[in-house]
This record gives sequence, C-alpha cells and structure tokens, in this order.
Amino acid sequence: MSDSIQDRVLKIIANTRRLPLESVRPDSSFEELGVDSLDRLNILFDLESEFDIEIDDEEAKKVQNIPEMIAGVTHLVEAKSQASPEN
Amino acid sequence: MPRVVITGMGVISALGLTREAFWQSLVAGRCGIRAIASDDFQQIRFKHAADVQGFVPEDFLCAKDITLMDRFAQFAVVTAREAVAQSGLEWTPALREGCAIITGSCIGGRSAEEQGYRELYIHKRNRVHPLTIPLSMANAATSHISMQFGIVGPSYTISTACASSAHAIGQAFHMVRSGVVPMALAGGTEAPLYFGNLKAWEAMRVISKDTCRPFSADRSGLVLGEGAAMLVLEPLEVALARGARPIAEIVGFGMTADAGHITQPSPEGPARAMRLALRDAGLAPEQIGYINAHGTATEANDRTETAAIRLVFAAHADRLAVSSTKSMHGHTLGAAGALEAAASAMSLEQGILPPTANYTLPDPACDLDFVPNTARHQQVEACLSNSFAFGGLNAVLALRRLN
Repeated sequence: MSDSIQDRVLKIIANTRRLPLESVRPDSSFEELGVDSLDRLNILFDLESEFDIEIDDEEAKKVQNIPEMIAGVTHLVEAKSQASPEN
Repeated sequence: MPRVVITGMGVISALGLTREAFWQSLVAGRCGIRAIASDDFQQIRFKHAADVQGFVPEDFLCAKDITLMDRFAQFAVVTAREAVAQSGLEWTPALREGCAIITGSCIGGRSAEEQGYRELYIHKRNRVHPLTIPLSMANAATSHISMQFGIVGPSYTISTACASSAHAIGQAFHMVRSGVVPMALAGGTEAPLYFGNLKAWEAMRVISKDTCRPFSADRSGLVLGEGAAMLVLEPLEVALARGARPIAEIVGFGMTADAGHITQPSPEGPARAMRLALRDAGLAPEQIGYINAHGTATEANDRTETAAIRLVFAAHADRLAVSSTKSMHGHTLGAAGALEAAASAMSLEQGILPPTANYTLPDPACDLDFVPNTARHQQVEACLSNSFAFGGLNAVLALRRLN
C-alpha cells in the first residue's frame, strides 16, 4: 500500500501492455502505448480489482488520458473510504 | 442452378412466440426490451434484456423431451415446427433422407453447464447432472430437430458468434442451390440470459444502460436478447409444383474474415462480404433497396457498418433504407442472423420496411436513412441482411422479392 494511486495505475497499464514500467509515464498517451479497446477493458478490470472499486461504463468511456484515469480512480477510492468510515 | 426460396419460417423472440407476433411487432415498431427484475440482474450493472416471455415448454413439448433439452434447443424445435407447418411440406422418405439441418448457435446450452458449475463450486457437491453434456452441446438444437422430424440428412451446427445463423442459412442456401440436398431447415437459436454469461458481457462494457438505439448518437451499447428462427429452404420449382406459397427468394451469400482484431471490426471485411453476396446473387448494387443492418448499437459496429455500406454502394447508399431490428428483438447472438433473415424475407413479401426503433439523435458518423421509429410502406426488389461477428467473421445474405 506504500505506492501512490498514480504508481499503481501506471503499473497496471504497464502490466496489461507487457511494457517496462519506466516506459509508462503520466503524460504517455494511450495511442503511443498501443492501448486498444480490449487493453482498455483489461486495464479497467485490473483497476477494479486493485482498488476494490466499480467503474461505470459511461464514466470509463470519457477517460481520454492517464491523468484522467488516475483522477477517476482517486475519486472512486475517496468515495469508497467516505462510504465506509471504519477504513 | 435451381432458384432457392423460403417457404416456411418459425420465430420465437422477445416480440412473441410466433412468426406473426414477431412481424406485427416489427411493423408497429414495438420494442421487446425491458428492465429485468430477476435476482441475477440485481448483481449485474446493466438491467435490460430482450427476454422471451410466456414460453411454457409444456405447451409445445412432451415431458420426456423437455428434460432432454436446454431452453435454446426447445426454441429450435418449436420454431422448426412452425416453419415446417407454414411450408405445408409433406415428409417423404426421400426428403427425410436428403434434407439438411444447419443451425447456428454461439452460446448453445452453456446455461446447463453453468448449473453444473454451481453444484461443484458453490454447493460443493462432487457431481453434476448426468445430462449436462447433451444439454449444453451447441449441436443439440440440430440433433433435436432431426429427431423430431426423423430427418437423417447432413446435419450440423455452425458457431461464428453473432454471424452463426447467417452462416448456417447461407451454407444451406448454397447446398440447396447446388443440388447437394433437396431441401434444408436452417436458422439459429440462443438462450444467453444466464448469470455467468451476463457477467461476461458486463465485463465487455458493450451493453446499453437503457435500451438499444442503433445508429443514434446517444446509443450506449447493445442489449442481449434470446430467441430462435428457423427457415425451410427449397427449390422454387419444387415449391410451386406442390402448391406452396414461397415468402421470398434467397439469391446470394457472401462471407469474409477481417483478419484484423478479435473484437474491433473493420469496414473492409464487411464491405467485401456485401460485394460477394451481390456477386453471388447476380445483383447490381442499385437493385438493393433495403439493408437489414447488423446494427448492434455499439459505436464500433454502427460507424464501421455505415462506412462499409458507403464503400459498397457509393452514391446509391443515400437511396437505401437501412434499419436494425435489434432495436426491437435485441441482439440474439447466434440466432441474430436468422431472426433478421426472417424479418428481411417478410419485409420483401409484405412491402413494409421495419424501422430502427428507439432512434433519437442523428450521429454525423452514421449518416444513412435508418427508417427511424416508424415502419415504411415501401416495396423493394431486393435486400441484404448483414451479420458481422466478433472475431471479424462476416456473413451477408441477399434476398429478392417474388412476384
């Protein structure tokens, strides 16, 4: 749990594309990383597992880049911790 | 080569349990999609499906047969009976010996398999039902049709995802036309609304949050449906000689592969399949007046299919009517091509083009005449029925009106 949300998101993207972690940066575009529609599905699936969140289809479709993905995950993680104050 | 006609059709769908109920709903633009309140759907992010309502197996099948058939096989037998009844066919030993049965199913009876997994993994039992294999195998539909009618000719099942039954009908059409078989029963059947499969589709993130709005800018994905359609195919001269009333003629079949991506479609593969269907039919593009589109209401399909139609028809694309009846009967996967071939045949026979229901907002990337929301009285000479599968496997049927 020591990694930041950003680090964990970047790691998931790197794992999905089987890329070295250092090649995936917050300013990398999905296009230059070769992320296609199925890779996006895999990334969303892994994000849901990693953070124990549910990502809405419509919200997911709006995500254009990695900062938006990190922001979306952060929002859901915060919403979850507010919903269960014992955490 | 003999001309091949459809002389009987049976349909079970979210629009009703008969061919007539199916057609009347299509003409009325009535949508069979609804929010489902079952326990399974409580645990699914999407809430809508086009389920078959009011199907009581006991109304159609004897108790012994029911226990041997998963829902998808029950649909197959009941629609095959309706098709044969409409055709007025009298079975002779020669017909039973020669008739082909070709069905398409993508999922088949996998819900029976899921029931077995529940026993193993949830209820911790160490055994599954002894009929799990014969209930779940995708060819069970074909097998049960053959047993119902005593048909002993070439019989098999094709599984090409959402193009399965278009491939089945196309193959049957070619077999009848070439004289390999004297007649064929062909179509497709699917009952995919069980928990594990719903979850798998949820994970694909292609299911609509409300209803199915093909080609509409505010579409949000496809809606799963269940159902079946079976067609009786025979040579025109044979049909006329025995006093049958053919519904429409099948004149062409084209099939291609994209060799591209396992889920992303490309315009070229579908376009080539449409061209091959036209060539097989000996039709010029300008003779086509209507296309029953694959029209799933995913952004990828609808934009790609529009582009493919423009590639094939050029300026004539603006004079074509194109509609997706999935907006009413949902996406029935392996049965889709058969339901849509049935809709296409009836549209030629009746001179009515079914609409694209639930259409609200034009999408600049989908700029064809989609017959929005209201059926159109229009007699066209010929039409195409498009089916494009995940995996990039494309099947297109060409049908022509009989005078």
